[in-house]
Amino acid sequence: MPKVTSLEELRKIKEEAQKNLRVREQTGTRIIVGMGTCGIAAGARETMRAILSELERNAIQANVSTVGCIGMCALEPLVDIEQGGQRVTYGRVHPDMVPTLISEHLLKGQVVKEWVVGKVNPDR
Amino acid sequence: MREIALHILDIVQNSIRAGASRVEITVEEDTPADRLRILVCDNGKGMAPEMASRAVDPFVTTQPCRRVGLGLPLFAAAAERCGGWLKVESKLGQGTKVEAIFQYSHIDRMPLGDMRSTMLGLIAANEGLDIVYRHKVDGEVFTLDTRELRAELGEVPLSDPLVLRWLDEYLATDPREKLVTAF
Repeated sequence: MPKVTSLEELRKIKEEAQKNLRVREQTGTRIIVGMGTCGIAAGARETMRAILSELERNAIQANVSTVGCIGMCALEPLVDIEQGGQRVTYGRVHPDMVPTLISEHLLKGQVVKEWVVGKVNPDR
Repeated sequence: MREIALHILDIVQNSIRAGASRVEITVEEDTPADRLRILVCDNGKGMAPEMASRAVDPFVTTQPCRRVGLGLPLFAAAAERCGGWLKVESKLGQGTKVEAIFQYSHIDRMPLGDMRSTMLGLIAANEGLDIVYRHKVDGEVFTLDTRELRAELGEVPLSDPLVLRWLDEYLATDPREKLVTAF
């Protein structure tokens, strides 16, 4: 069995993770992946996996959650990014689009307009 | 759906929507009996008998925004075309049990698929949910219980990136995973 998978290793990870805990609690970023039957059939699980690995790679703290079908089945996989009161919905988000989405939207603060299918902005 | 693991992910979403705090997922591969058994049990709000008996009907859903619900019917159809069946048992206020049986060697049986990604996605997105996953292959058993992990982690959430990376590696130690990824 590889070393990384032991419970002993998990305890070490716990100590390391505790240091980052305060930062994590302050994050207001939410990423929501459509995980209804339609989303799953369109590849939402792979999109979710790509998001998790991209967040880890860029050391971005965000809360990732899922939602069921919202009635836009043809545009699945749907991914919502919510930050500072603004919520942007991206459609047909396939795993190879995720690095661009994370770096443009979360790191540079630029909405990737061509992939947007909906937007809620309280200021406008 | 191209994998049984995707159906499992879909069925567990029903449990989550039903307000479950605990979900048990069991996958049993019994090659001498030529049988694959999938079991998803939750402690969600459950269904009344008349709803439970119609749950595999694609034109039955609890959602007000649409008139179809395809998760259970698709899973049932997948089992039935492989000489198997799907059964929904539910008690109002107590929870729901979905059981599916497949003929293991059936030519139309889809592969179990990527359970590693299914479990990782479920755990990452559902911090408050207790998940027990058991994968039995003939005599061998692989188990993952998020309550045990939480007891070990204390205040550190399971969705912490470092913990998720560990989980991914841990899920890969399922002896069956080596076979799955070989496909």
